[in-house]
Amino acid sequence: MADASSSTRGDLRIVNVTKSFGDFTAVDDLTLTIPEGSFFALLGPSGCGKTTTLRMVAGLEEPTQGSIHIGSTDITHTRPYQRPVNTVFQNYALFPHLSIYENIAFGLRRRGIKDVKEAVNKVLNLVELPHLAERKPVQLSGGQQQRIALARAIVNRPALLLLDEPLGALDLKLRRQMQIELKWIQTEVGITFVHVTHDQEEAMTMADTIAVMNEGKVEQMGTPADLYDNPKTAFVANFLGQSNLIEGRIEGNDGDNFVVDVFGQKIKINKNRSHAKDSSVLAGIRPEKIRIQPAGTAMSGNVLTGGVISDASYIGVSTQFQVEMPWKQELMVFEQNDDGVAPLEKGDAVTLSWEPVFTFALDGREDAFAGSEVHADEE
Amino acid sequence: MRLTWWFRKNLIRVYMVLGFTYLFIPVAYTFAFSFNNGGKSNLVWKSFTLGNWQNPCGAPDVCVALGNSIRVGVISTVLATILGTLIAFAIGRHQFKGRSTINTLIFLPMATPEVVLGASLLAMFLNLGINPGFWPVVIAHVMFCISFVVVTVKARIASLDPRLEQAAMDLYANEFETFRKVTLPLVAPGIAGAALLAFSLSFDDFIITNFNSGTLTTFPKFVYVASARGIPAQANVIGSAMFFLALFIVIAGQLVSRRKAR
Repeated sequence: MADASSSTRGDLRIVNVTKSFGDFTAVDDLTLTIPEGSFFALLGPSGCGKTTTLRMVAGLEEPTQGSIHIGSTDITHTRPYQRPVNTVFQNYALFPHLSIYENIAFGLRRRGIKDVKEAVNKVLNLVELPHLAERKPVQLSGGQQQRIALARAIVNRPALLLLDEPLGALDLKLRRQMQIELKWIQTEVGITFVHVTHDQEEAMTMADTIAVMNEGKVEQMGTPADLYDNPKTAFVANFLGQSNLIEGRIEGNDGDNFVVDVFGQKIKINKNRSHAKDSSVLAGIRPEKIRIQPAGTAMSGNVLTGGVISDASYIGVSTQFQVEMPWKQELMVFEQNDDGVAPLEKGDAVTLSWEPVFTFALDGREDAFAGSEVHADEE
Repeated sequence: MRLTWWFRKNLIRVYMVLGFTYLFIPVAYTFAFSFNNGGKSNLVWKSFTLGNWQNPCGAPDVCVALGNSIRVGVISTVLATILGTLIAFAIGRHQFKGRSTINTLIFLPMATPEVVLGASLLAMFLNLGINPGFWPVVIAHVMFCISFVVVTVKARIASLDPRLEQAAMDLYANEFETFRKVTLPLVAPGIAGAALLAFSLSFDDFIITNFNSGTLTTFPKFVYVASARGIPAQANVIGSAMFFLALFIVIAGQLVSRRKAR
């Protein structure tokens, strides 16, 4: 049963799982299939239920309702040590009284494997720290502890590796490096990785598939590009990167496009990218997709006139503009600092344009700011 | 002027020297008088001798008393440490009805005056028809040591990250293996500290022991009784030896934990 390399292999299926703590519902009727061998990210703000979901898969919490399966095996009510699942904990949770070698050998020894030397050395080489075998965890830096925690988990060759905000304690530069390294190790060992994080950039860098969670439910699931280019809800649009969401009304059709009226101006939105329920929509466009030109310049595609630059900040690779529109909404525009940029300044009248294919449409009754405020208090 | 300046600069050192002098004069005195060739009374310095150290059991009954104290101490320590550790785990790791009440009750024996405890215990033993002696003393010692063990071990458990045990379970250790391989080794220093504390409390106790020991003589009781006639220098020898033993254990413990951390 405890042998991770036995028949319990396959997709992780979470079926109608609910977890309540008293009156609080942490995870609300969640259904999710994570394909074997994938790098999957559960992304969301703190309190969205992602860590609780992870702990239920690890066996550290029991679902109030629903079931969890790996392949054809139901693991909902089995003990943590009976599951072919290993976890890299947020604070690494290395055993302080054991050497690095013994930390890594811990899982193998518990499963009754006598000859652990080869496996331990191999995994120490994989994380490039073979010289630290005899040290104690306190003598290692944060980044080294992180790698040992990873080694201690993958040495067991679990069907599933869970990573709970594994890079949260590292500084930015090291985090970037570890993101690439984790992705590489995942490809190398071929184990399913389920990664919990509130950092959208981290999720997008590493994961094949991301499930964006909010208030115990999955808002949207898909590839990073899919989620970014075609968000289905305002929460996803704002939580993954930044979005301009403009109120509008569908007025008619033009081939594959809807014609949408936004405060008296007409724009087009591809029907495949529309998640509107009726004629009331939020038209979405990412700041970097928008071109900005002095007012009066002839422009093609979706065009919005009457903007005035209320703020311009130069940040190296790009300049970020805040443009106040006639209906008093501030739109964000990121302009690459390449050759063709007109020297625009605060107070200049401008026209904005973008390719219609970049536009997406959300249900007009959604809160246009959902998910946008959570970034600020996370980082 | 220069004197004021010197004082300002060295105030903390002066204070330290005075503090330690105050703490250690009694110990130094005891140690010095263990070399006194004072005959039956050891109150006045007469001449230097190594005789007391060469023959620590020289005074009548001193080693019988010491043996009793050690026997009571060891048995009470073992029992109090086991029971106290179990209580500490129950309070520190589990939620149950009456947990906070128990938490408070555990402190009560520590706060109750020893005379009162000793007298009530004696009354209780007599009412139950148990004569004062070795086992009543052990029972009494276990009782007051448990509180100290619980408090010490509980503090250690509280400082233990529960994620370490979760990590062990995650790494295929069942409940028993998790306890044996992770929890116990990490709580062990607290348990060892609690055991040392329990032993020294038991070894040192006079008041409660005096009520419940009947004819049994423990080392503190021996010293107390002997002080009426003059304490033999052998008592100083044993006292000093205990002090150096404790000092040795503390230093050895420090060295071991420092080497382990490396």
